[in-house]
Amino acid sequence: MNERQILQRLTYIFQDVFDDDRIVITRETTADDIEDWDSLEHITLIGAVESEFRMKFKMNEVSTMKNVGEMIDLIAQRARR
Amino acid sequence: MKELLYPFDSSYIMSKKKSIKRQLLSDGRDRFTKRIAILGGSTTDDIMKVLELFLLDSGIAPEFYQCEYAQYEQEALFPCEELINFRPELIFIHTSGRNLRQAPELTDSREAVDAKLLAEFNRFKAIWTSLKDTFHCPIIQNNFESPFFRIMGNKDISDFRGLSRFISRLNNLFAEYAEENENFYISDLNYAAADFGLRKWADPYYWNMYKYCMCPEAIPAFAYSVSHIIKALWGRNKKALALDLDNTLWGGVVGDDGVTGIEIGQENGVSQSYYEFQNYISRLKPLGILLTVCSKNDEENAIDGLNHPEGVLKPADFVVIKANWENKDRNISQIAAELNILPESIVFVDDNPAERGIVEAQLPGVIAPVMDSVENYIANIDRNGFFETVSLNADDMNRNEMYRENAMRAAAQAAFSDYGEYLTSLNMEAEIEDFTPLYIQRITQLTNKSNQFNLTTRRYTPDEMEAVYNSTEHIRLYGKLIDKFGDNGVVSVVIGRKDAGVLHVELWLMSCRVLKRDMEQAMLDRLVEKCRAEGISTIRGYYYPTKKNGMVKELYKTFGFTLVSQSDDGSTVWEMPVEGYTDQNKYITVK
Repeated sequence: MNERQILQRLTYIFQDVFDDDRIVITRETTADDIEDWDSLEHITLIGAVESEFRMKFKMNEVSTMKNVGEMIDLIAQRARR
Repeated sequence: MKELLYPFDSSYIMSKKKSIKRQLLSDGRDRFTKRIAILGGSTTDDIMKVLELFLLDSGIAPEFYQCEYAQYEQEALFPCEELINFRPELIFIHTSGRNLRQAPELTDSREAVDAKLLAEFNRFKAIWTSLKDTFHCPIIQNNFESPFFRIMGNKDISDFRGLSRFISRLNNLFAEYAEENENFYISDLNYAAADFGLRKWADPYYWNMYKYCMCPEAIPAFAYSVSHIIKALWGRNKKALALDLDNTLWGGVVGDDGVTGIEIGQENGVSQSYYEFQNYISRLKPLGILLTVCSKNDEENAIDGLNHPEGVLKPADFVVIKANWENKDRNISQIAAELNILPESIVFVDDNPAERGIVEAQLPGVIAPVMDSVENYIANIDRNGFFETVSLNADDMNRNEMYRENAMRAAAQAAFSDYGEYLTSLNMEAEIEDFTPLYIQRITQLTNKSNQFNLTTRRYTPDEMEAVYNSTEHIRLYGKLIDKFGDNGVVSVVIGRKDAGVLHVELWLMSCRVLKRDMEQAMLDRLVEKCRAEGISTIRGYYYPTKKNGMVKELYKTFGFTLVSQSDDGSTVWEMPVEGYTDQNKYITVK
């Protein structure tokens, strides 16, 4: 799975979680860029990503993840589907 | 909504809750609003959001109040202004093992553990008492899940110092309190956790990261189970099952395989699974759930199959048997009509997805759970909470009997050409009196689930009904009808509020199973009599239209009331002077 494929699947997850088909994300996207992305939605988002890629983030990864790029790197290392 | 029916995809619900909510809100369905306060001991946002989905799906539009993080105790003991102004109609105290203040130590004496147990129970009792006194509304309280670890291993459940033992004792105290206190309901978090799988449920990751007392994947099943209590309290339970036969109640096709060829009984694993399912269904009967058959079969074959010596269910267990080659949606409509219930009160149980699809498409509101494989049948009905019980009374236990008596009445009616003669032949006797403690639970239950013959569709919590019962400003009547076929129980309720010589009828309802029996006239006669005794000169009746109560739109007119006003929404107000009224009931002897 290459980075472009991961980004594509992540985009669908973001669109689902925030219920907005217009959302476009890049490696640089952060919580500041998406209006509804607060700490509670972050939990939903992490859960959705984990179930989509059948993997689990570690605690310190969740709390230090700065942008979508870091999320992609972790997925690339660990995704099981 | 299919996606919200068990077995559901938890991750789907969790990640798509926003769009699911949007879809539900745009389905054009009638919903009533309820104000629900969630007082939690952990982060409750997601539980609230998912609970909202399930409630919307059962016809309830909740408005929520959430306390600040983990402030359930403070909020209960010293409710803030915001909560008071919110005027909750239901309070859900969402606590879990994470909120236990006291736990036994291995060094504790027996007395010390007992003291801790009592202290913890009293802490919660103070919470409930304060909420009850302030808000007079139903309270739902979680019990506690088994602990995530066991210091002593298996001994934890038998030794007085074990945490497992402590929690199980505390849960027992909660259950005893629920038995003794009306309007207080336990949400069985302990069962939900076990059902989901305790180890995954209690994953410390989610508590330590987000202060979630359960993993997110467990939230839908848990919220669903809480929603069952809420919808049962507000009368959104199902009332009947329409059961297919071949490959649903037994394995095989009785018309092809013959009675000896169908699989039911103890012979092998498959036949035992069908036996267990029949046994489960038979246990729903004493809850008052009406059992009916809806099967494509020759009736003779259907009856033969039900008379299989190894089966649990027999033909007499069903109030209606539709075994024919008609479309199933038509049969279900007819079952509903014969039982005087709405089609949407029926759960359709059929192994054939095509039949389920047709019925759900033709009869919106009828739910047909997935019946994919016989070993899943029980869970697929049970976990959907169609028949969640919040109270159980003698009428429930006798309901199937009552409906069978109704079938006998219908048969008797066919023998008369004159309907009046038929009514006379029933030898009807009614008891129409002011509320009594003996019937108050049944009165509340009937009030909260009657939809069709119901002029105002006003719902009352047990506390509100208690207030009406104790009020001197109200005239109250319940009506009980008995005839030669049996006792119909309490079937009608009228509540009127007195104000300056006028009686405002706030509630007038009747069970549809005694339609066209003169019972409403008998109620009116007694109401007028009461009004005369209390110096009331005018009775003012109100009709508020809903999607379901069209049958009583003209009730006051047929009583002889005069239309006073009419609103754009179809609501009408009617009046009748008490003076000059002559009794209208002709067929019922009122005791």
